[in-house]
Amino acid sequence: MKKIFSRPKSLKDAPFHYCPGCGHSIAHRLICEVIDELDIRGIAIGVPPAGCAVLAYNYLDIDMIESPHGRGPAMATGIKRMLPDRVVFSYQGDGDLAAIGIAESFHAANRGENITVIFINNAVYGMTGGQLAPTTTMGQRTTTSPLGRTRELEGYPVQVCELLSGLRGTTYIERCAVNTPANIMKTRRAIKKAFEYQMDNKGFTLVEILSPCPTNWKMSSVEACKWISDVMTKEFPLGVMKDIPSAQEKKAVAAHD
Amino acid sequence: MNDKQLMAGNHVIGEAAIRAGCRFYAGYPITPQNELCEYMSEHIREVKGGVFIQSESEIAAVNMVAGAAASGARAMTSSSSPGISLKQEGISSMAASEIPALVVNIMRGGPGLGNIRPTQGDYFQATRGGGHGDYRTIVLAPTTCQEMADLTMDAFDLADRYRNPVVLLADGMMGQMMEPVVFKEPKPRNYSEAYMMRGAGSGKSQIIRGLILDQLELEEHNWKLARKYNIIRQNETRCELFQIDDAQVGIVAYGTAARVAKGAIKRMKGAGMNVGLFRPITLWPFPERELRKLSEKIKYFLVFEMNLGQMIDDVRLALQGFAEIGFFGRPGGVVPTPVELANIIDQRYFKKNGPISRG
Repeated sequence: MKKIFSRPKSLKDAPFHYCPGCGHSIAHRLICEVIDELDIRGIAIGVPPAGCAVLAYNYLDIDMIESPHGRGPAMATGIKRMLPDRVVFSYQGDGDLAAIGIAESFHAANRGENITVIFINNAVYGMTGGQLAPTTTMGQRTTTSPLGRTRELEGYPVQVCELLSGLRGTTYIERCAVNTPANIMKTRRAIKKAFEYQMDNKGFTLVEILSPCPTNWKMSSVEACKWISDVMTKEFPLGVMKDIPSAQEKKAVAAHD
Repeated sequence: MNDKQLMAGNHVIGEAAIRAGCRFYAGYPITPQNELCEYMSEHIREVKGGVFIQSESEIAAVNMVAGAAASGARAMTSSSSPGISLKQEGISSMAASEIPALVVNIMRGGPGLGNIRPTQGDYFQATRGGGHGDYRTIVLAPTTCQEMADLTMDAFDLADRYRNPVVLLADGMMGQMMEPVVFKEPKPRNYSEAYMMRGAGSGKSQIIRGLILDQLELEEHNWKLARKYNIIRQNETRCELFQIDDAQVGIVAYGTAARVAKGAIKRMKGAGMNVGLFRPITLWPFPERELRKLSEKIKYFLVFEMNLGQMIDDVRLALQGFAEIGFFGRPGGVVPTPVELANIIDQRYFKKNGPISRG
C-alpha cells in the first residue's frame, strides 16, 4: 500500500503539549515537512519565542536556541551573520513580535537580514491566559480587555505584514492561515518559498499565520477555525503582501517576451 | 606588530578584542564609550568574517551577541551604565544558557541618565549578576590602558573557560585617556565545538535554553552553576598590592580610584606616612583571602570609591571585623584628587594615631 502521510522526519516523535485545536502543532508540522522536503535539517537553526511555543524545541528535531521574549530576530541576526550558509528562522507569537519585540523585528526586517520569521498570530497572549495582544481584533474580549478592544482604550490591532512590507529591506511577506485544509497547504507553500528565498540569499522573509486558540477564545475548535475566516481575516487579509523576487522574475519574462 | 603604541582606552579594548579573535560586535552609541563602537565598525570588518552591527538598542545588541556567541564566535558588546541596565536581560539569559561573551561597561554617572562623567556607581550591578536570578559574571577592573589590553584578551579566555559572560568594568576617564600600550600575543582559543550551535548536520540536534519548568531540574541547573561559580572563586581572584609591606593604612580601591590612590600614597610617603594600596583586579570574584591576610598586619583600611560606598560591603565581608574600615567616596562623576584623598587619610588616621615605626 502506498504511504501518503506520515510524521515528518525532522519532527520528533513526541506528543504536543498544545491545547486541542491549537494552530502551533500544525505550523510545527508544516515547518518540518518543508525542512524535510528541502533537506535542510542539518543546516536549519530555529529560535523559538517566549510563549506557548517556547517548547518548540521539544518537537522540532533541529538545532534550536531559546531567545528572551521578543528578541528572536536579534538572536537570529547574530547566528546568521556568523553562519551565512545556515537556514535561520525565528518562530514568534503576536506579543513576542508585535509588542515587546517590535523593535527587533522591525530593524531586522529593515536591515534586510537574510532570515525567516514565522509569525503566529492568534490575537491573544496564549500562554499567560488570554490577555490583550497587539493583534487582538476590534471589539474582541480578552482577560485584560473585558469590555472588548476599543479605539479609545487599546487602539487598533497592529498589522505586521502591512507594516513590514513598507520597509525596503523586506523581500517576501505573506499572510496565511491554518484554519482550513486549503489554507494549510498555502501556508506550507509560503514557508517553503520563504526558506528557498533565504537559501538564495534574497533577504528578509516573513510568513504570518493566523492560528486558532480555542482555549483562550473560549470556542470549540470548529468555531475557532470559522472565527478566523469570519473575523480575523477581515482585520488581517490573507495573501502575498510582498514578493520581490517573483515580481522581478515576471518583469524579466515580460521584457523577454 | 607588538610595538608600543599610544592609544585611547576605548580603542585599546577594541584592538585587543579583535586580536583575541573577536569576530562579532554589536552595540548602540552611548557616551563615553562611542569610540569603542566606532573603532569596531572600522576594524572588525577588516578581519575575515568580522561583523559589526550598530543595533537598534542595547537589548538587541546583547541578544545578537548571544546568537553569535552561541554559534561559536567570540563576540562582544559594549555600552555605558544606562545601556548596561538594558543589557541585563541578555546577560542573565547568557548566564543561564552558559554562553560566553564579553560585555564592556564604560561607567558614567547615575542613577538614571545621570551624566557622562566617570564614576564607579555600577559596582553592585556588575558584581551581583546585575539581572534577575541566581548568577554571577566575572568582573575585571583595569586601571591602565595596558591593563585594558591585557584584561580584554583574558576576558575572552575566561568567558570560554567557564562558559559565562565576563564584564570588563572601566569608566569614562579610562575610556578616553591615552597611554602607551603593547599588545600581548593572544592565547590560542580553547573552546569545544560541542558547545557551538551550528546546525545538527547528520547528528543529534541540540537545544540551548534557559527555561526549565520542572523545579527540581531547575534547582539542579542552579546547583551546577553554583559549583562553577565556586571554582571561579577558588581560582580566578586577582589583585595588585602596592607599597603595602610596611603600610599602617591600606587603601582599597580599583580602576580610576586606584590611580588616584597611588598618587596619594606617593605624596604621603614623602611626608613620612606609610600608606599602601590593595587593588582588586577581579571585582567578582572579590579577592577576599588576599585582603583578609593583610589584616594580620594592617588594622585600618580605607575603602575609596567613586560612588556612595559599594565595594565596601565586599571589604567588610572579607575582613570580617579583623580590621577597622573607613570609607571615602564621591559620587556623581567627581574624580577626587590625590591631595584630597591624602588629606582625608591624614585627618582620619595619622592625626589620631601618628606615624608608627614598625622597627
